[in-house]
Amino acid sequence: MANKIPRVAVREQDPKERATNFEEVCFGYNADEAMLEASRCLQCKNPKCVADCPVYIKIPQFIQAVLDGKFADAAHIITEDSSLPAVCGRVCPQETQCEGACILGIKNEPVAIGKLERFVADWSRENNINLAQKKAPNGHKVAIVGCGPAGLACATDLAKMGYEVKIFEALHKPGGVLEYGIPEFRLPKERVVKHEIENVKKLGVDIETDVVVGRTVTIDMLMDEESYKAIFIGSGAGLPKFMGIPGENLNGVVSANEFLTRANIMKAYDPDYDTPIYVGRRVVVVGGGNVAMDAARTALRLGAKVSVAYRRTEKELPARVEEVHHAKEEDIDFQFLTNPVEVLGDDKGWVRGLRCIRMKLGEPDASGRCSPIEIKGSEFDIETDVVIMSLGTSPNPLISSTTQGLDTNKWGCIIADDNGQTTREGIFAGGDAVTGAATVILAMGAGRKAAKAIDEWIQSKKQS
Amino acid sequence: MFEIVKKELLASNIYLMDIMAPRVARTAFPGQFVIVRVHEKGERIPLTICDYNHCKGTVTIVIQVVGVSSRLIANLNEGDLLLDFVGPLGQPSEFGHEPIELLKKKKILFIAGGLGTAPVYPQVAWLSSVGVKADVIIGAKNKELLILEDEMRVVAGNVYITTDDGSYGNKGLVTDMLKDLINNQGKHYDEVVAIGPMIMMKFVALTTKPYGIKTIVSLNTLMVDGTGMCGACRVTVGGKTRFTCVDGPEFDGHLIDFDEALRRQSMYRNHEYESNCKCFVRLSDK
Repeated sequence: MANKIPRVAVREQDPKERATNFEEVCFGYNADEAMLEASRCLQCKNPKCVADCPVYIKIPQFIQAVLDGKFADAAHIITEDSSLPAVCGRVCPQETQCEGACILGIKNEPVAIGKLERFVADWSRENNINLAQKKAPNGHKVAIVGCGPAGLACATDLAKMGYEVKIFEALHKPGGVLEYGIPEFRLPKERVVKHEIENVKKLGVDIETDVVVGRTVTIDMLMDEESYKAIFIGSGAGLPKFMGIPGENLNGVVSANEFLTRANIMKAYDPDYDTPIYVGRRVVVVGGGNVAMDAARTALRLGAKVSVAYRRTEKELPARVEEVHHAKEEDIDFQFLTNPVEVLGDDKGWVRGLRCIRMKLGEPDASGRCSPIEIKGSEFDIETDVVIMSLGTSPNPLISSTTQGLDTNKWGCIIADDNGQTTREGIFAGGDAVTGAATVILAMGAGRKAAKAIDEWIQSKKQS
Repeated sequence: MFEIVKKELLASNIYLMDIMAPRVARTAFPGQFVIVRVHEKGERIPLTICDYNHCKGTVTIVIQVVGVSSRLIANLNEGDLLLDFVGPLGQPSEFGHEPIELLKKKKILFIAGGLGTAPVYPQVAWLSSVGVKADVIIGAKNKELLILEDEMRVVAGNVYITTDDGSYGNKGLVTDMLKDLINNQGKHYDEVVAIGPMIMMKFVALTTKPYGIKTIVSLNTLMVDGTGMCGACRVTVGGKTRFTCVDGPEFDGHLIDFDEALRRQSMYRNHEYESNCKCFVRLSDK
């Protein structure tokens, strides 16, 4: 019986060693390991894994191709639904999506779908498999704002339908959160991100960097002066939140966004780059999401002793289990039920500590999570040189505030229906700009849905 | 890539450059800034816009060599390319939203300190183009470091020069000149706009406060992305945290916590002057 084989473990860099470098933590499967793991798949007639994948990758089919040793075929099957498989194989929360739905998971461990996807994508890159399927141009131009996961997924599908697609990116490099947010040791930039973006460009998609839509150009200028028929806004959720506690503007308090942007896209960890970064001897990261784990593990690699302060318990941590596990292996200290009340400074205005208060869990709130309550009189100080605030992000108002008729909700998120249609005709949106901070794969799913809706809208305009 | 179409030496170690950047030139307005990157391993450097030409598609910047990054730009020549040139960023100057008739009734005094003369110039020029002549105080360390005097005289009302060492114009600080104009020369101003070193802007704001003259300053804080993403540029204005890159760079000088802003500028200071010696900034570097 195939499902008697235990899930094939993936090789990883030793925790002691990786804590001092920025090389990738996980090595991934080799061909033998991938084929063995593929043999565990039950090839369900009604595959629940596909239904739980935001971009509906034909999972049993590609796994069958891996089992047969036809890795190029597997790559082509995945490419029909995803342009970023080497990315998703690394950063998707498979445990709550495809793998969470796997029948094997009921009694045993689910098939390692993510690791198999990563193997196929890495293999096809290493073997230079050409995955581009270009279609004859249909003569319609579509502009995409933001070159992150949502924009890239939307661009890919539209290009495959024959649209002339141009992506406008505010930063100097395409990739969005894949470049500025997720660290090198989880997602290698040159090897993985750049290659998959090159694949999107091979479909004919044009990318213009250094364009801040809402400042350099407006949405209306793109439509009126550059004759784009439709626009997709995938500008993400880039604005960092702060706590509003005393001492937050002391030298040494940074947002996770600033810290990670310096380390990732500005490559501050590489001595060849000019970017400065400050870690001091001790760092406290405030928050418990994936971004908090990324900031903590980056600070550790830059030589600091790192603690994570989170106001609920380990059970409620929003970060992926794998990330928390990796962080603990690397000796990151976790302070649960801990909430900062004040950043303490020295006489020169630099951080010297963080005053926190102990919390206890109260009744579940509207979101179903137990809301933390302060325990009066339980304040205590943690000595630290740097405090990294990782409290979530919200969408940037640059576009919504400069585009008439484009409505947002009270959190500043662009209002859009399930197909990405906004409150203005011809303008679509998806990803974090609509939902607030979420995942790479949900943004890609939204980008794909919007591509379909944009096509239908343009075709309907043509007929009328 | 963005071509340097003109380079001119304005004063010792101060250069003016016209950059071919049609998209930026098309939407730029006085008060805004750009971010420049010179090479693949370089920083994102914020620079205030000095001038722009919609027709030619060029944007003018002025650079003074003070550290590694500014030297990188200054070393480039006409025909060379800047890797990145993104903007216009930040809010345009407030007067851009005011009715011209109202502006014409206002007496505005600009105070330009050193390199701050460059971003003051387009504001005075814009006002001149709509028929408003503003007065300008230009302050410099000495005669050699004075820039854009002739250009300013064309667009301004009265131009007053001060130098720290008295080598040209009045000897003294811009704040001395300001007090002299109000106290002794019978000048009345409704608004002061001060752009220059942070310490100068702090003292201009302190000087105008007792007179109750509205004072706008343009902050040159640390920044990474310039679009609101990182928060490195946060500043306390009227007790509230604001982001210089998207809420500014111009703020009410009487509401800014200048001491905090001055301190925050030094967050990575050692690094900038370390020239080619790159290391992670640690405690000992404070």
